[in-house]
Amino acid sequence: MVEEPNLTETILKVEDAHTFIGHHHILQGLSFEARADAVTVLIGRNGAGKSTTLKTVMGLLPASQGKILYNGHEIQKKRPYEIARMGIGFVPEDMGIFASLTVEENMRVAMLREDKLTAGWLEQTLEMFPDLGKFWHSLAGNLSGGQKQMLAIARAIVNESSLLLIDEPSKGLAPIVVDALIEAINQIKKHSVVVLVEQNFYMASCVGDHFYILDDGIVVHSGNMQDLVDDDELKSRYLGISKAGN
Amino acid sequence: MSKTETRRWNQELTIIAGAVILLMLPLLGIPFKTYLTLTIAGLAMGMLLFLISSGVSIIFGLMDVLNFAHGALFAWGAYVGFSVFGWLREWVEADSVLQNFGVFLVAILAAMAAVAVLGIILERVIVRRVYGNHLFQILITFGATIVLVELIRVFWGPNDEVMTVPLTFRGNWDIFDIIIARYRVICIFIGIVVYAVIQLILKKTKLGTIVRAGVENREMVQAMGHNIFLLFTGVFAVGAALAALGGLSMSIFSLQVYPDMGSTYLLFAFIVVIIGGLGSVTGSLVGALIVGLSYNYVAYLVPWAAAGVNILIMIIILLIRPTGLFAAGK
Repeated sequence: MVEEPNLTETILKVEDAHTFIGHHHILQGLSFEARADAVTVLIGRNGAGKSTTLKTVMGLLPASQGKILYNGHEIQKKRPYEIARMGIGFVPEDMGIFASLTVEENMRVAMLREDKLTAGWLEQTLEMFPDLGKFWHSLAGNLSGGQKQMLAIARAIVNESSLLLIDEPSKGLAPIVVDALIEAINQIKKHSVVVLVEQNFYMASCVGDHFYILDDGIVVHSGNMQDLVDDDELKSRYLGISKAGN
Repeated sequence: MSKTETRRWNQELTIIAGAVILLMLPLLGIPFKTYLTLTIAGLAMGMLLFLISSGVSIIFGLMDVLNFAHGALFAWGAYVGFSVFGWLREWVEADSVLQNFGVFLVAILAAMAAVAVLGIILERVIVRRVYGNHLFQILITFGATIVLVELIRVFWGPNDEVMTVPLTFRGNWDIFDIIIARYRVICIFIGIVVYAVIQLILKKTKLGTIVRAGVENREMVQAMGHNIFLLFTGVFAVGAALAALGGLSMSIFSLQVYPDMGSTYLLFAFIVVIIGGLGSVTGSLVGALIVGLSYNYVAYLVPWAAAGVNILIMIIILLIRPTGLFAAGK
């Protein structure tokens, strides 16, 4: 059962999360919140632990320590499919497209129910991403990079997810496609809470309301996105963005 | 027709033409009537190998599990069928097509159901503990094989037994001096039906689509809300049931059952899966037919080389296409 997001509450709260990949201690006590009235962006250099954070929330990399609360319920011990069924959609960094399946089949795998409500969501999703309708019976592996990203996002929102975790959607995409994605995420955030991992600062600043800078598996800075946009020193120190490159 | 479709169509035509030429090649050294008899024998053997190898392929493709106990499940299928034939001997010996096919169907259903349950127990108790570790999978399923084979010896005895064959399945048809064994035609039919049913489920049902998606990216399937562990158990049970069907069918084909019969055919199954490509049912079918036909042709032309020809084909395929002919995308 998907719970309606309350615009004033914290929908996701990660407290002191520790995650290991093999012997590597990636998340070293990470804490952050995602509020229902804001798009939360996780930024940081390569290897800071951004993707690991999303996978930990999703249960794909279990947290060895700490708490993860979704709508007030602890989810850190749940399996990924249980977490997904609670209303959390996930778009991984590699998009996770099933290349040998058609666009239709990809969407069908994503649809947890096949009722009127989901059909309505599917219709809205296809309105948002009309290219998917055009290539409905094509193999997903034959789509362009941008279309694959749209398919990945479409799969995550077709189930009325109340929280959407998106990992680097702009990676490897042309600027014009990035603009289309920004528009799509701005539409999605009207009915879902979005937690975005993004290295492209332009995209992060266009859609983000709140930011967390990650470094070595912990949060080193957080605040309103507009404050970060205006703070050249902070961008230079943690993100390597010079004033000229901004 | 788009350029991509034209290219794909041309590729398919080339493959079909190549396959037909290869299939006709033995005619250079074999009389035509013998060739037809051998072809039907090869197709029948291929279909039987398909039944055992498709299970291995699906289980490895989706679950990444190397199941060496598949051969023992194959033997269990044969023995359950052997018992059903023993209990319903009157139907087996009856001069009635209906009763003969009836007892065959009962034996198939009993063998598949019993071995599917065995497969579920095996997956839940043993295999689930070693997901992601191939070495442990090989060791633990090899251990399970020893236990399952010893259990056969406990329940059915250690000796080889002669498999009774329903009356209708015995003998040959003589069509224009071409000798065709009846049961071989039935084996080909079973293989076609099983392939069609599996394809129908995989391509036309949501469950099948989820399984195909899982073969490609199981982590993503989980993140979409599907209980991959339940799916694993189901797939393991289906793979075990297919092994049982293969075991029963093969025991009628070879007219015998013996406790260790699985290990003989497991080797063939792995050759088929390597040739066809892991995770692909079509690959298993094509691989099995290649193995079945080449074995029969070479056994006639160069008997001493029959056992080695499949290894040779496997090596050639591995050199040209290491993932096999129809490997499912991962």
